[in-house]
Amino acid sequence: MSTTVPAAEGPLTDEGLVQLLTPTGERVHHPEYDAWAADLDADRLRAMYRDMVLTRRFDTEATSLQRQGELGLWAQSLGQEAAQVGSGHALAPQDHVFPSYREHGVAHVRGLEMTDLLRLFRGVDHGGWDPAAHGFHLFTLVIGSHTLHATGYAMGVQRDGLVGTGDPTRDTAVVTYFGDGATAQGDVSEALVFASVNQAPVVLFCQNNQFAISEPTTRQARVPIADRAPGFGIPSVRVDGNDVLASYAVTRQALERARSGGGPTFVEAFTYRMGAHTTSDDPTRYRTSEQEERWRRRDPIERLRVHLERTGELPEVFQAQLAAESDAFGEHIRTTVRAMGHPASPSMFEHVYATPHAVVDAERAWFTQYEQSFVDHDGRETAGGHR
Amino acid sequence: MTVTGERTAPTTDLPPAPAPAPFPTGTQRLPMAKALNLGLRRALANDPRVLLMGEDIGRLGGVFRVTDGLFAEFGEDRVVDTPLAESGIVGTAIGLALRGYRPVCEIQFDGFVFPAFDQITTQLAKMHYRSRGRLRLPVVIRIPYGGGIGAIEHHSESPEALFAHTPGLRVVSPATAADAFTMIQQAVASPDPVIFFEPKGRYWEKGDVDLDAPLPAPHGGPADLDHARVVRPGTDVTVVAYGPTVATALKAAAAAAADGTSIEVVDLRTISPLDTATIAASVRRTGRCVVVHEAPVLYGSGAEVAARITEECFYHLQAPVLRVGGFHTPYPVSKIEHDYLPGLDRLLDAVDRTLAF
Repeated sequence: MSTTVPAAEGPLTDEGLVQLLTPTGERVHHPEYDAWAADLDADRLRAMYRDMVLTRRFDTEATSLQRQGELGLWAQSLGQEAAQVGSGHALAPQDHVFPSYREHGVAHVRGLEMTDLLRLFRGVDHGGWDPAAHGFHLFTLVIGSHTLHATGYAMGVQRDGLVGTGDPTRDTAVVTYFGDGATAQGDVSEALVFASVNQAPVVLFCQNNQFAISEPTTRQARVPIADRAPGFGIPSVRVDGNDVLASYAVTRQALERARSGGGPTFVEAFTYRMGAHTTSDDPTRYRTSEQEERWRRRDPIERLRVHLERTGELPEVFQAQLAAESDAFGEHIRTTVRAMGHPASPSMFEHVYATPHAVVDAERAWFTQYEQSFVDHDGRETAGGHR
Repeated sequence: MTVTGERTAPTTDLPPAPAPAPFPTGTQRLPMAKALNLGLRRALANDPRVLLMGEDIGRLGGVFRVTDGLFAEFGEDRVVDTPLAESGIVGTAIGLALRGYRPVCEIQFDGFVFPAFDQITTQLAKMHYRSRGRLRLPVVIRIPYGGGIGAIEHHSESPEALFAHTPGLRVVSPATAADAFTMIQQAVASPDPVIFFEPKGRYWEKGDVDLDAPLPAPHGGPADLDHARVVRPGTDVTVVAYGPTVATALKAAAAAAADGTSIEVVDLRTISPLDTATIAASVRRTGRCVVVHEAPVLYGSGAEVAARITEECFYHLQAPVLRVGGFHTPYPVSKIEHDYLPGLDRLLDAVDRTLAF
């Protein structure tokens, strides 16, 4: 007996996506969401365009650095810039982000020093930045587990009395990013339950990039991912994740609902992972070049570029400045990564606990003494030593 | 604290709960469950950032009534009846801690902690390390554990070694009402995550609790969360126990004394860190050591004690360190659990064997 799985139906449908900018760069109107994008003037659109271009540059440089052996691994955001930059632009400074590990565009919009993201992939840090500094939590590699952290954090925001005060500088929302694969994890369902019954101010932002490594979304669901949330009592919306305007508009509405006390929202941003899952992956084994080409024609950056050029809002001088900025950014990334240095081995014993732990202390003392045993009286490492 | 956001009003026709009784004072003879209740009550009263989370801990007061009355006194936003989802409880507790709260989670029974095992071991245990000390997770996970209560499957287990094997967690277990009162407050005050194993078979055994004594610092002093304690001095054999087996060890010591054997009982109190110094000092005096716990002996915490004693006081040992504990079987049906659990006779048998070596 064999089972048949539909190849291009169910979760893969692009029916019902909120769209404000077509793949050919044409601005189309939406009765509900035009209002949520009304504050996007030419300056804001150029800022989004710049952020998407720089995010892609960052991603391209990181991929190259991995190929050169400077990074152990890299998870590309290629193709997902609109979903990330659009939603990121809707955030207020006091909001808090719980990313998975591919949200480089959101990190860029939040103002992180982008090379800090590379510390994890270079193997010099498990984290790499101060989450409080930019309201951007550390990357979480155990798929879906951070959606519960985001929900709990949002329950804390409620207890701090920072929901529904009517003060836009105080009301706070939390957003968590995850993928289509994560929605199969129990933790994501539990996050939906906790967010719903507590009416927590959290936006659950799913980037459906069509693949969990090699498995298409059809291996995670039989219906569009967004359809799950209403069963939990959470409103959901499907958005064209390659449309930065629409991604901004739906996220802004969802965040505003959260901040005003209206509870959680589930966003499914329908997009495509144009690159590999990571630099260790080989997409040619599970998808066709025809499919990749189809999505290349929906490129999120190209779409906004065409729109801005058509409306005369992308002057050549801006483009030239951006190209120069991008080149300088690339140089900065390469230089910074190569200068990251080597962590000292005894640092592995640091921060296991916030307070002294007898076993860790004893093992550190032993290790230090062991290391010292390879150093002769002149301070040189002896022949036949370790490494 | 008022939780904001539109929520459905609680649907209940129940009459309002009676006003909480004043906090008792002086030294009182209390069951361990009541001592834990008062410790949690004091922690809630002293720090508005402390909150309790778990299944049925609110209006019901928990299936063992450890949180009895706290819902009425501190309200539903600080004594939180959670959805029935252990990973969700611990995962949201982590988020609350990241926001500055100090959650105390109740896992209803030992055998139900495993849905939360991923959150505890991959997230709770590692966040401080991952963030290079920038993020602290002062979360307490309370787990009623151990057997001897005639329960059905999954309600009598002792999984402490699984957590002690995880760097980043502190694992402790009180054996008396007095320690329960103090240690639960120290666990709440600790900046590290603490897995707090409560010997449910001893919940109703009474002991004197000084309710006015100042709380010792959670770490960094002799009465802290990190030290074992000699609870009965002796000269012939050291018996190392913790949680539910400390009372067993004390009974064994009393019985052995009648036969002229002097047993020193060490209450481990903390499984991680392991207070090797206190155990080793005892074994250097007695020359013999038996470790007793309810968990299976294979890869259990007793194996760690035995290994460290062998490393630290090999030349003081008159006999191999012996372990007494559960067998390498799933926890058996309750009608025969008394033969699975390390009771008085099996402990005394091990004492006799180490003396006869």
